Amino acid sequence: MARSDRYTAFVNTGVGARLATSLGLPRPVPLRRYTPGQPVTEGQVLVGGHGDTPAVTALRGGLTAAGVSLTETPPEQERLGGVVLDLTAAETPADLESLRATLAPALRRLGRCARVVVVGRDPRGAGSPAQRAARRALEGVTRSVAKELREGATANLVLTGDGHEAAALGTVLFFLSARSAYVDGQVVRVGDAEVDTAAESPEGPLTGKVAVVTGAARGIGADIARTLARDGATLVCVDVPAAGAQLAQVANEVGGTALQLDVTSEDAGARILDHARTRHGGLDVVVHNAGITRDKLLANTDADRWGSVLQVNLLSILRMNEALLAKDGLRDGGRVVLVSSIAGIAGNRGQSSYAASKAGVIGLVDGYSCDPGLRRRGVTVNAVAPGFIETEMTARIPLATREVGRRLSSLAQGGLPVDVAETIAYFAADAQSAVSGNVLRVCGQSLLGA
Amino acid sequence: MTTTRRAAVLGGNRIPFARQFGPYAEASNQDMLTAALEGLVARHGLAGERLGEVAAGAVIKHSRDFNLTREAVLGSSLSPQTPAYDVQQACGTGLEAAVLVANKIALGQVDSGIAGGVDSASDAPVVVPERLRRKLLRLSRARTAGQRARAAAALRPTDLGVQVPAATEPRTGMSMGEHMALTAARWGIERQAQDELALASHHNLAAAYERGFFDDLVTPYLGLTRDQNLRPDTTLEKLASLRTAFGTGPEATLTAGNSTPLSDGASTVLLGTPEWAQAHGLTPLAWFVDAETAAVDYVGGEEGLLLAPAYAVPRLLARQGLTLADFDLYEIHEAFASTVLTTLAAWEDEEFCHERLGLDAPLGAIDRDRLNVTGSSLAAGHPFAATGGRIVATLAKLLHEKGSGARGLVSICAAGGQGVVAILEAA
Repeated sequence: MARSDRYTAFVNTGVGARLATSLGLPRPVPLRRYTPGQPVTEGQVLVGGHGDTPAVTALRGGLTAAGVSLTETPPEQERLGGVVLDLTAAETPADLESLRATLAPALRRLGRCARVVVVGRDPRGAGSPAQRAARRALEGVTRSVAKELREGATANLVLTGDGHEAAALGTVLFFLSARSAYVDGQVVRVGDAEVDTAAESPEGPLTGKVAVVTGAARGIGADIARTLARDGATLVCVDVPAAGAQLAQVANEVGGTALQLDVTSEDAGARILDHARTRHGGLDVVVHNAGITRDKLLANTDADRWGSVLQVNLLSILRMNEALLAKDGLRDGGRVVLVSSIAGIAGNRGQSSYAASKAGVIGLVDGYSCDPGLRRRGVTVNAVAPGFIETEMTARIPLATREVGRRLSSLAQGGLPVDVAETIAYFAADAQSAVSGNVLRVCGQSLLGA
Repeated sequence: MTTTRRAAVLGGNRIPFARQFGPYAEASNQDMLTAALEGLVARHGLAGERLGEVAAGAVIKHSRDFNLTREAVLGSSLSPQTPAYDVQQACGTGLEAAVLVANKIALGQVDSGIAGGVDSASDAPVVVPERLRRKLLRLSRARTAGQRARAAAALRPTDLGVQVPAATEPRTGMSMGEHMALTAARWGIERQAQDELALASHHNLAAAYERGFFDDLVTPYLGLTRDQNLRPDTTLEKLASLRTAFGTGPEATLTAGNSTPLSDGASTVLLGTPEWAQAHGLTPLAWFVDAETAAVDYVGGEEGLLLAPAYAVPRLLARQGLTLADFDLYEIHEAFASTVLTTLAAWEDEEFCHERLGLDAPLGAIDRDRLNVTGSSLAAGHPFAATGGRIVATLAKLLHEKGSGARGLVSICAAGGQGVVAILEAA
């Protein structure tokens, strides 16, 4: 919770809580956030589902190894840390009764910031209309449950391929853990790529990796650098020369290197690659975070404003990736994470240029993730799409608009830069080799563009 | 002395230089040196690293800053186990610090080190008059009530007052500008030639910023992203219109435009062995080949205060078996445009070279296209001790761009009739 979010602080006092309840006002709670060494969930995780629950079978070992205590029956007294529902075996919409039968009674037993994770299959791979309907229905129920949950609890859906359920372990753990604090009502598709689940050390999933973050001097970029460093990565922090003072601070804090360059310069990609190679021996993770806004109604937007936003937010990524994604660029098993925006999904008044660039980023994810060359090399490409995040930028929004932005989400509060960073770190981990082509909203299930 | 190892310049960082009472007016020497170090640490990934040593200094120093460099290291992200010491040789401080670190590396005493310098003309120490100082010390020595009363009674309202130190030579009572004006007049250095040199300095520095040359040499500080004194659009006409600042009568040629302004700033240079560089993923830019310091008798003798480099360079060339023409780049510190022009004139002057330097023939002329190619102190400003680090890092990068074997000469004049010069060679 941001210091400036006085409302959330108030409704978490005795008087505030009573007042909010009696007036029917939203009651956001301080979200549980990740710290190293913390248990995945607070409380046991109920597992259930339909039929022989192949996903639960495949994931049980990994979840237990990660310290998650699984149970088949809801406890009498204690609160549940989460529920994992395996609907991968659902054949018709009638099978969804299994979900209701397990989840409905469990909802009352959920603890603060508990997690509901539904595991299903991609509707596009269904063999019959009935199966496709059942699979698609999971999205509706998950999103609705997410809206019904209170006290910081979230619900998300994971789609996995037949026989590849184990590849979803990292995603299920992400959704169960505090790392996904502000990700709510979302769907992640896990593919069929091979996953080496044993390779990862839970405390340093990025140990030995070299990561570059553009726009790292401030705000979300600085927190991305901190989070990737915390997870073990060696950081190359990039920002424009004019932001060098703050960039140096971030680089020194994370024990990385600072590289002052303008991402729109012709040789930016080559220079980043050269720096990563000579200083750190190679490059594994690229986070294209640098971005600008030049907000104006389209009628008042001139070619300069339009062009600069498209240049920085979209064209620079294409140009840099020519070098970064070349055969001698990113190492095999590399990770590319882009930063889209809720504005790129829903559109936003006065942000036509920004929304164009951020929707374009989604196009990039689609394009790159289908590239057979990148797939062969095990390079994944995903994006985060932040909603209302408490930054210096949003702190300057007028109070009323800011309050609307904060409360119009299931979690009834703004997210923190670290929430975006945690999601990026999740995409960056080795365990996510089967996660590519996703655009994951970090928005607390904002109503915008939902 | 047998050199067993070679010291390489691996990189540098400085904060943009500000004019006196500009954006750094409230920043102390320690603040600025720490900022310059932090940028260097970030650029080269040295957070938590224990280096062989950090040598730096300031010309204008507060008495509280007796351990200025060590305090800056402790305030930086370097390992607190990195030792440090202060150096002070007037405007030669920064280059002399680099000589010291390079020598220790060459001798095998350290594998890595940082040389630097900082100065503030804004946050200058203010001292009480000597008479008052003595009386106050007597008061603090007093043990009995009677002694204290007598010491206190000796204080007079007329003792009060403060003195701000000026850039004045203690033995002549003349400012540096006045000294330089005399030398320039003696050598007949013309106003227009000085203004042309100043113009080139501004244009070269501006062009270097434009092509991003300083992107990995400078880290912004307190909102300043480029040297405050830089005037990219200045013209000969504008420079010619300035009133003279030093010297008197029709012979006066020194203006605020062709003299360096009082400035605030800090610079640092990272040096190390090639092995240390490789272990840290760094590329040697240039070898620190050799250096020489000279001093002249400007008090009783005839020599100009700032002409010591004219003596140091031929000695260095002789030791290295080189001629003045053997360099791809020359970095001659522009204390005043006339300092550079007088030095060049002296090397071309048969009488000077014969009688003062003891040479058979003039040292010769240099290719002016190789002089201060990315600007120098007239444009960038001149925070005294920070100039050496600025020049060494800039020249090392320029030589690296030129390619292996390219050679550069650094020349810096200093108060007290001293001059520090050095040779770098592209690695």
